[in-house]
Amino acid sequence: METVDGANAGFVMVCAFLVLLMAPGLAFFYGGMGRSKNVLNMIMMSFSAIAVVSVLWVLYGYSLTFGEDRSGLIGYSSGLLGLSDLVDNAVFGAVDAEGVINTYLLPDITFAGFQMMFAIITVALISGAVADRMRFGVWLIFTAIWATLVYFPVAHWVFAFGVAEEGGAAAGFANGFFAADSGGWIVNRLGAFDLAGGTAVHINAGAAALALILVLGKRKGFGKESMRPHNLPFVMLGAGLLWFGWFGFNVGSTLGSTAYSGLVLINTQVAAAAAILSWLVVEKLRDGHMTTLGAASGAIAGLVAITPACGFVGAYGAIAIGLLAGAVCAFAVTLKNRLGYDDALDVVGVHLVGGLVGTLMIGIVGDQTHTLTESLLDGGSLGLLGTQATAAVAVMAYSFVVTLVIALLLKVTIGLRVSEEEEVVGLDQTTHAETAYELAGGLGGGGSTGTVTGSRPVAQQEVRS
Amino acid sequence: MRLVTGIVKPFKLDDVKVALEAFGVHGMTVSEVQGFGRQRGHTEVYRGAEYTVAFVPKVRIEVLVEDADATDIVDVMVKAAQTGSIGDGKVWSTPVDEVVRVRTGERGAEAL
Repeated sequence: METVDGANAGFVMVCAFLVLLMAPGLAFFYGGMGRSKNVLNMIMMSFSAIAVVSVLWVLYGYSLTFGEDRSGLIGYSSGLLGLSDLVDNAVFGAVDAEGVINTYLLPDITFAGFQMMFAIITVALISGAVADRMRFGVWLIFTAIWATLVYFPVAHWVFAFGVAEEGGAAAGFANGFFAADSGGWIVNRLGAFDLAGGTAVHINAGAAALALILVLGKRKGFGKESMRPHNLPFVMLGAGLLWFGWFGFNVGSTLGSTAYSGLVLINTQVAAAAAILSWLVVEKLRDGHMTTLGAASGAIAGLVAITPACGFVGAYGAIAIGLLAGAVCAFAVTLKNRLGYDDALDVVGVHLVGGLVGTLMIGIVGDQTHTLTESLLDGGSLGLLGTQATAAVAVMAYSFVVTLVIALLLKVTIGLRVSEEEEVVGLDQTTHAETAYELAGGLGGGGSTGTVTGSRPVAQQEVRS
Repeated sequence: MRLVTGIVKPFKLDDVKVALEAFGVHGMTVSEVQGFGRQRGHTEVYRGAEYTVAFVPKVRIEVLVEDADATDIVDVMVKAAQTGSIGDGKVWSTPVDEVVRVRTGERGAEAL
């Protein structure tokens, strides 16, 4: 029995905390980018993803994603429902017959916690596209169904790698380590590279966002009324928190703190930085100004694109991926205005497009030192690009089609949209019975307008007596 | 009595305040307002989408004065707020029938 590697296990645990922080970061990133009448609703969409997905993950999500592999398509182990086997193993100070503390290199329950946060942020990402018009209760139902039917299976395909038994057939990343006949089909059988979730997280969320908004429809006044961001400092705050959390996301995906993890750190940072530069150059040439929103968007686009590639390219490759992602996404976010789909906060333009850039670029600038596979520029082969494209298209198609079906079913049964009046007034007031800001300027500090007209606990007591 | 109202550029507020105090004005009311005149609005670009912002932020300054001082105070405000470029704002005065000081109940010029 291996003793616990405290450095690795502790590091992955801290990374789990960092990845969780991405959800509140996203809440501010999206909240500031939307209109002031809907900022609380936007923030609530991210926070509710934490609530719904955390519970589902413990109940059955981990079992479906990382349980025993079933033909590469889904996992399932009854002992992992409620994480019960992992809970039983997580005994404080268990000592075996030789007096050695009986733990593992990376405890499974820590890994389960780390991966829980991935499921949360993927679901939360979708909310940016549906801003300002989706019923909140229906969003909660959607997140539960989507996580179950789309995220858990796709995460199994990409993240649930099977390790080859000695002498068994091996394939893909780190030849001789991954089994060719067990584990998720994308990582094992296809042998595509996606370290931290360019496909399972970003292409997945982006394609789902596109399907959902095609069913949901445009915001009232889209393309006519001003829908500019109401609080850019919030957007920058959110982008900063996302960036910080992203180190947990990418570096933590090495499941340790090794020199390889250091490579992922460098690649993640330099790609985000390069993408800021290229996004700002596009803006300067096209619009005449380098904007704050452009800098935040560029950073996120670069982080998205380097997510699948962060362990499979060198630093030059990471810079190339960042530069390309910043420029391509800066153009992609304007497509909605020309094509007429209302991707409110550009989940498609940044996450789907950025995820595609990063996933495909592994096939072009992938480094054989880390992939043991020829890429176009390192070995001259187009084979890896084909493999990467297969993975990207498979996830995109599955996510789009299944999400489209979920959205249509919800639309015809309980309805997706708020009423037109609620949309005009704003969801903060009509859905949550709150407003974010005291906008009556100069009336003496926060919350000074309005009078107390009732107290719910008191009212309940009166009913009882 | 007259009410002198000035709509000026926000960064000129302090100059106007200092000038009015130097003239001997004891109080004023200031509010943040938005609007446009010949200056019109400006354009902003967010992720490639261009928005025209029609209303420009301004500051409104209101001072209650005696009839004899009104013209001078209008001149003081105009002089202090002027930059010579478009969007400097406007100053006007209107007649006021009655003024009461809330604390004491004094009326008319006594209340100024």
